[in-house]
Amino acid sequence: MFDAAPLWATVILPVALVFAAAVTAGFDAVLSASAARGRSGSMREMGTRAAAPLREVLRLLVQQPRRTVAADSALGRTGVVLVPVAAVLAGAVLPLGFRSVSDPAVGIVWFNAMEALAWAAVWLTGWGPNSALSLMGGYRFLAQGLAYELPHMFAITTAALGAESLRVGDVVAAQDGLWFAVWMPVAFIVYLLSAMAMSFWGPFDHPLGRDAAGGAAAELAGVDRLVFLGGRWLLMVVTAGVSVPLFLGGGHGPLLPAWAWTLVKTALVLAALVAGRRLLPTLRMERYTEFAWLVLVPATLLQALVVAVVVLNR
Amino acid sequence: MSEDIVFWVLAVIAVAAGVMVFRFDSMARATYALLLSLLCVGGEVLLLGLDYLGVVIVLMMTIEMAIMAVFMVMYMMNPAGLMPMSMLHNTKGAAVLCALVFAALATGILLVRWPARRGRPPTDPTMALGMSLMGPQMLTMVTLGMALFATIVSTVVLATRRGRYDRFGDDLRSRPADDPVRGGGGR
Repeated sequence: MFDAAPLWATVILPVALVFAAAVTAGFDAVLSASAARGRSGSMREMGTRAAAPLREVLRLLVQQPRRTVAADSALGRTGVVLVPVAAVLAGAVLPLGFRSVSDPAVGIVWFNAMEALAWAAVWLTGWGPNSALSLMGGYRFLAQGLAYELPHMFAITTAALGAESLRVGDVVAAQDGLWFAVWMPVAFIVYLLSAMAMSFWGPFDHPLGRDAAGGAAAELAGVDRLVFLGGRWLLMVVTAGVSVPLFLGGGHGPLLPAWAWTLVKTALVLAALVAGRRLLPTLRMERYTEFAWLVLVPATLLQALVVAVVVLNR
Repeated sequence: MSEDIVFWVLAVIAVAAGVMVFRFDSMARATYALLLSLLCVGGEVLLLGLDYLGVVIVLMMTIEMAIMAVFMVMYMMNPAGLMPMSMLHNTKGAAVLCALVFAALATGILLVRWPARRGRPPTDPTMALGMSLMGPQMLTMVTLGMALFATIVSTVVLATRRGRYDRFGDDLRSRPADDPVRGGGGR
């Protein structure tokens, strides 16, 4: 039932992801402004608030880049650029309805490999400027990676196990009728947590924490900052988007066409992630590491065991 | 044709990045040059049609190098490892060893009688590789895995300074646990 997407989809994909990221950032800006200045009185006011990220983009485009003493700009730039590149490459297996740019037999592993590139990218960004605060941010993200990556891997493995395939298309096909989120709730929740953690968002934004003057992004200005922080929104859109084929039935649903279901579900997951930042305070990583290793790893392993038993008895 | 081009581009980048590991004077650059080299190797494995192995090489090596960079920087002589340093040690001895190993390998390549191909490549090479590695030896592999894991756990238990009696008291009943870092699971 999965069709190969036409070649132009490869060109459309980054554009669509950037558009989705801009809409999400606009939604977040509206929430931020409402929290700070009260509800908006008119639609016009709402529009102005939603356009705040776009104004920020224009501001960053004309801002001077910052130079630091003895910076390793080759590595720093690599890290900055790698964040959006990894997000878009990971998005190649993201299906819209029942079509994705590419549906390789090992799509889930591909997604995981690309997000691991983003892992390295944040450390490189922190290392590059030769600045203590940004280096701290980079180290914080590596610690965060050690905390979230194992439960995350077990969670996506569970989805693959339920479908008996690493192909994203097969995982979607296996959810015709019953969504994986329904009978793999632990894996789904862990996936959502790690989706926030890998886009260093919400309670997991310690690597970019205010206590470290912006952490890994402390020394970034101008286009560098735009690419890095924009890449973070792309990562969030892609990871939220992949939760839909993995756990929420992909394009399956009544009445609406498949692509519309994908968009609706992705939008709901993104809204939950954006709201998550408001509801939860920033976590220090040594606390989350202990929770991840003592609670989440056993919980996801048990979830995988349950799924394995069900699959074997089918 | 296009596969040949991709093969050679990846091969040249892999070797060049491998050389640069020893030319850079920065730990971070050396580590990420090594990562670039290994990513190209992953690409070559993908070219061979071993999709799973190729992507897993990309995945594992990225995480591995990210962690390795931190450890290498951590053990350097200057704080945060921000000062330049050389990756070269014992250059003359290493050069002699490398020349000898290269000569031995090259002689081997030239002298050995290469077998002609028999049969066809399997439809799923990853599966075939797994079966030939694991198939009859599954019990061995599982036992070996358990033994390795037990070794890791016991090494950590032996090496750690604080044991459970430090954390939970003599009768293991004191709550909350006495940890140097507060917070996390159970507290």
